[in-house]
Amino acid sequence: MVRIRQFEERCVELYSGGEVRGFVHLCIGEEAVSAGVLGALGPEDAVVTTYREHGHALARGIPAESVFAEMLGRVTGCSRGRGGSMHLFDVSRRFYGGHGIVAGGLPVAAGLALADRMRGQEHVTCCLFGDGALAEGEFHETANLAALWDLPLLLACENNLYAMGTALNREHAQTDLAARAASYGLVAWGVDGMDVLAVERAVARAARAIRDGAGPVFLELRTYRFRAHSMYDPDRYRDKAEVERWKERDPIQVLSTRMRAEDGLDDKAIAEVEKEVSEELDTALDHARQGGTEPVEDLLRFVYSPAEGSS
Amino acid sequence: MTGVGARQAGSMSYREAMREAMREALAADDRVFLMGEDVGRYGGAFGVSLGLVEEFGPERVRDTPLSESGFVGAGIGAAIAGLRPIVEVMTVNFSLLALDQILNNAATLLHMSGGQVAVPLVIRMTTGAGRQLAAQHSHSLEAFYAHIPGIRVLAPATVADARWMLAPALADPDPVIVFEHGSLYNGTDSTADEPGPVDLGSAVVRRPGADLSLITYGGSLGKALTAAEQLAAQDEVDAEVVDLRSLRPLDDATVIGSVRRTHRAVIVDEGWRTGGLSAEVAARITEQAFYDLDAPVERVCGAEVPVPYAAQLEQAALPQVPDIVAAALRAVG
Ligand SMILES: Cc1ncc(C[n+]2csc(CCOP(=O)(O)OP(=O)(O)O)c2C)c(N)n1
Repeated sequence: MVRIRQFEERCVELYSGGEVRGFVHLCIGEEAVSAGVLGALGPEDAVVTTYREHGHALARGIPAESVFAEMLGRVTGCSRGRGGSMHLFDVSRRFYGGHGIVAGGLPVAAGLALADRMRGQEHVTCCLFGDGALAEGEFHETANLAALWDLPLLLACENNLYAMGTALNREHAQTDLAARAASYGLVAWGVDGMDVLAVERAVARAARAIRDGAGPVFLELRTYRFRAHSMYDPDRYRDKAEVERWKERDPIQVLSTRMRAEDGLDDKAIAEVEKEVSEELDTALDHARQGGTEPVEDLLRFVYSPAEGSS
Repeated sequence: MTGVGARQAGSMSYREAMREAMREALAADDRVFLMGEDVGRYGGAFGVSLGLVEEFGPERVRDTPLSESGFVGAGIGAAIAGLRPIVEVMTVNFSLLALDQILNNAATLLHMSGGQVAVPLVIRMTTGAGRQLAAQHSHSLEAFYAHIPGIRVLAPATVADARWMLAPALADPDPVIVFEHGSLYNGTDSTADEPGPVDLGSAVVRRPGADLSLITYGGSLGKALTAAEQLAAQDEVDAEVVDLRSLRPLDDATVIGSVRRTHRAVIVDEGWRTGGLSAEVAARITEQAFYDLDAPVERVCGAEVPVPYAAQLEQAALPQVPDIVAAALRAVG
């Protein structure tokens, strides 16, 4: 979580300095979801996610250098600089994006799960998406397919209470998201998304149930983003006091408070972790900056697969 | 006039012009309402509707959930029932979720019902690349919509067109789609003082010239004008610049008239080349003015690739001024 937090703080600097461009969506405040969900999945499980995915990518094990390089548009980035912040991919880690169309990843995740099922693999496909995605037909269609075909699919809804500037109760008639998912026949429950251990436990339990053949599961991970929707967002639509209230449940604080009480964690140990992470990210960023850029002559690569002929 | 409208027209940005057009429409006709994702409290994803919810209230400046097919379809229903909805879809990329409603309902109901069900709906959306937003936020899919009979497709390229196209679009009894290139919003230009509603079906000559016709629209107009100035200064080539303005219907008379005068045509389109608008315009020129041509029709289009994030690749994927100049020189050469 500390790593994700510091990574994102660097992103702010890189964006302000003009080194990173485009739309950048930070997950500061939502680190417990990244660390908890990805921490509970195995390397064979597949992951599909959204444009707010730096945390998911790092927690999946994609090196920080590779993510930085992607955001800097370098050929050494995990999507060769063609995707940027919103489209991180690493198929070697079964990390299938990085989707920019809200809810667009959901049916794709159902297909990954279907393929595993058809091949008799015991893997889980985990699809991460926001509360806003539940308003799209794609959610309805995927939930129905998953339940109908009994797919090994974990629908992990990162409910941060806002879809851009639209609050949950102004986008959904039924704001109990788990209840809605249950109406499709999915096993569904809500989880404190600010508590990384609670998230990890819930995902581990869900994944076990899915592997045991209990069918698809929907988890509502209740969390909050401390920053604006994207670097472009002036954040006019919510009360500053509300943000401050949620910051009292900062997931890093929640965990460190518990570890102080239960494991004797002290300030010195915390400072050491922070320093270690900071040094790691310094090196990662340095290396990322040294990465080359894709030559313009290669613009038309990856439109078709090499084996299929050229464009 | 209030707010932005009280300002000197000449200092108005494209964004403000579009906002002023909506304010005027909302004030003039209580059948008009605006709906879309984050158009209200947030002020519009690109800030176009900023302040309108305070002025007209959340009934008439209506935030919708992330449900493009749902709220575009609801716009169709409200239009049929006698209202005059302006539906904002954040970008053309996301409009594909509503393409079924636009094509199978909005564009089709009048014909299918034997003339009974007209759909007086206006849909606004951004389009285009240039801001390093990568493939899913950068495409120019105007040609997809220009393909569909039953709708009108507009591409205001100037501040004046942003200001004055909306009223006639709302007065049109049929569905109209307005494409706003994302890179235009902050811009101001010399057209800002041009007064009054525009004739929706007509293209305009933005720069007269004798040697060739640069035919373009939307976000590429500025590049074509710059290319024309360079051609005049460096190569003594006098290029006429035609702004299509309406992508459906296409104004054949203006385009063909220009080509008949200049005998050469270069079409500039940020969209893809294959099956795109440039192909349609080129085909019409060969159909109607083949014997007037002194050179093959040239096209400068977006590269046939999903738009990449990295700056140098994105710029290489888009039509640029030197590409236009080079195509023009080939045509006159
Ligand atoms: C189909 C579609 N419509 C609109 C958008 C613009 N948009 C991007 S993110 C977003 C809000 C999504 O909110 P939510 O699903 O709750 O996820 P969060 O950003 O809160 O993580 C919107 C409206 C989009 N990317 N795709």
